[in-house]
Amino acid sequence: MKNEFLKLVLPLIAVCLCCGADWPQFRGPLTNNVATSETPPSKVDQENIAWSADLKGRGASGPIVVGNKVFITSTTGFKQDQLHVHCFDFNTGKRLWERQFWATGRTQCHNKMSVATSTPASDGKRVFATFSSNDVVCLDLDGNLLWIRGLSHDFPNASNSLGMASSPVVVGETLIVPVENDDDSFTTGLDVKTGIARWKIKRPRVANWTSPAILKSAPEAEALVLLQSSEGVDAIYPDTGETAWQYEQGAGRIPSTTVGENILFVPSNGLTALQPGTSSDPPKVLWKEQKLSPATASPLVYQKRVYTVNRAGVLSCGSLQTGEIIWRLRLKGPFSATPIAAANHLYLISEKGLLQVVQLSEEKGDVTGEIDLKETILATPAISNNSLFLRSDKHLWKISSK
Amino acid sequence: MQRIRFLFCLMFLFSSLTILQANDVAQNIAKIKQVQKEGQGNLTASKAVQQLSQSDASALIPILSSFEGANPLAVNWLRGAFEAIAARAIQQKKLPVKNLEEFVLDTSRNPRARRLAYETLIKVDPAAADRIIPGMINDTSVTLRRDAVQRLINEAKNLEKSGKKDQAKKVYQQALSGATDSDQVKNIVKPLRSLGEKIDLQKHFGFLSEWMIVGPFDNREKKGYDTVYAPEEKLDFAAALEGKEGKVNWKSVNTKDDYGIFDVAKSISPYKGAVMYCAADFHSPQKQSLEIRLGTPNAWKIWVNGKLLFARNEYHRGMVLDQYSVPVTVQPGKNVILLKLCQNEQDDSWAQRYQFQLRIAHPSGTGVQSQKPQSTTQLSP
Repeated sequence: MKNEFLKLVLPLIAVCLCCGADWPQFRGPLTNNVATSETPPSKVDQENIAWSADLKGRGASGPIVVGNKVFITSTTGFKQDQLHVHCFDFNTGKRLWERQFWATGRTQCHNKMSVATSTPASDGKRVFATFSSNDVVCLDLDGNLLWIRGLSHDFPNASNSLGMASSPVVVGETLIVPVENDDDSFTTGLDVKTGIARWKIKRPRVANWTSPAILKSAPEAEALVLLQSSEGVDAIYPDTGETAWQYEQGAGRIPSTTVGENILFVPSNGLTALQPGTSSDPPKVLWKEQKLSPATASPLVYQKRVYTVNRAGVLSCGSLQTGEIIWRLRLKGPFSATPIAAANHLYLISEKGLLQVVQLSEEKGDVTGEIDLKETILATPAISNNSLFLRSDKHLWKISSK
Repeated sequence: MQRIRFLFCLMFLFSSLTILQANDVAQNIAKIKQVQKEGQGNLTASKAVQQLSQSDASALIPILSSFEGANPLAVNWLRGAFEAIAARAIQQKKLPVKNLEEFVLDTSRNPRARRLAYETLIKVDPAAADRIIPGMINDTSVTLRRDAVQRLINEAKNLEKSGKKDQAKKVYQQALSGATDSDQVKNIVKPLRSLGEKIDLQKHFGFLSEWMIVGPFDNREKKGYDTVYAPEEKLDFAAALEGKEGKVNWKSVNTKDDYGIFDVAKSISPYKGAVMYCAADFHSPQKQSLEIRLGTPNAWKIWVNGKLLFARNEYHRGMVLDQYSVPVTVQPGKNVILLKLCQNEQDDSWAQRYQFQLRIAHPSGTGVQSQKPQSTTQLSP
């Protein structure tokens, strides 16, 4: 009984521990693109750039922040087979350390993408960096190697000639790493201490660039991990990989499911709002709305509204209850990065490097600031300690209040 | 007398500690080299790498030396420890620069270890690049060689700009002798050809250009990928086989493309839901470990001398040179390569390519030609 209790509570504690000022993984502490207690600048201009640091190589992975350190990945070399993990000082932008490894799997990818497209993750003590070669590197926060796995080295048909982009998530003692592709397709849960697989499950054999989301349906409930694929969404238990429930009406393979107000917003049939299922009951479709269909960026739920960005760069605000469009705002796109929210504002970075800040109100959204960083940016930003972090191939920027 | 005794004890203690550390380094390296696929040995290696990472700079050369015989996973573990130690040694100004340079220049050492030694060295001595790189044009390290080739390309461009065409041509030719990366080869071949030089790129890369081909066989609903058709059981180039649209016969084809691309859709027919089999000979003077390097947007299987080497069930995710590298041990004499190339039924405009390019290379990327005197890749009965 005691073990069962711990089994339920430990993952929640682990998730909550990450919720301070850190931005420990793709789309933030709860994988929902929201920074709840942060107030990054809302009226931005060039003077808000606190610092910028030079990067080398290529990378579409987002930065993560743990304590006073910012972590980022990139790759270099003609074949982009040299894998880098960088650590910068949060306050000064000084490079604290850098480690390199060689790819043990294939590094071919689409020109727009990079071998470093997956955002790293952290459990607060360790940094987990994954790459398109399916190499998984675990370092401590000071850059000391703890373990490495080469998942394509182990499973040579686990690869995607267009590149892998799914970011890992950490729940409790498990690092969930999706390796979903046309051939040897799987997702695995690795022990954060050793990198040894706690479980490995077969997944649909179709290329998949979505990232897992974390679902905490109630404070006392066990955290579930949502794996999206062309077939739909599987809610799995993070410590075993066993399926809790499934949504089987298909879903996209680029934008990822987002959870807000205990509802799943799945890029499926446009956008589908889904009430989570249980082990005995399947999930229930609340509504479907084609007009809220997201393009590359994942949906965002904030202040009881759902937001998506379409191919034309139009930001749509929809009702959580019905999916009805409340307002729309044409922005300067296109967008690959997922928007993030804090302090009643949305932060959207276009592929051309234009950061646009949108103030939210009941009836409309207003652009309150822009910074043109003039470089291609595909990575989703991070928010931590009232600052925003963005990266291109060449630079990492910190945006703060003056 | 007492002072001498004290000094002697101190020296003894110091040498004992040094031996102890050397033993620890060797033991930890040995433990790390035990890591295998699927996390086997990770638990031990994780402890060992954390201990090894705390070693002083004297561990750097032993770690580099240990790359020899280590599998690719272990090499990365060792690199992790090396970089942690090197970063501290640089901070403390204790990096053994002389030893590192000697290591880089010792071509008997592991190519990746030499590259790592070089990258570490130039962090504190950037001028080392000018001393080391020019001599690396035919180096076993792919990346050291690439740097040397780039220097020659830059030199040749400058000569060309200043009107010294004959000298430029010689330098470009020298650069080509070491170039294996396609971007560099393109940057060399274009000016060389404009300077009147004839270049056989198929020969340079080791592309197989002459093939026997048969098909189409049925691949509707992608079922042909796992269907065993007659060529997989027996290669008989004289036999008429039951294909998707009736009897089919083997025919001889070739490609003149610089990069060895044979386009089934253009040269034969834009089949959909089809399987084609392509066969070629590769003659080797001795048994050797090489790589088959394949590029194709289609699903494929490949056999050498009847043994299945690798299979990939992926369609239309792009095609690039050296997309797949498959290790192969070729036998002395004739080796028969059989490629099964599958096209699906997608009707999207971007899903119509039905083609491949295949070359034989050393693991370093240098092309290897078939060595039958009369014919390079012609199939013989």
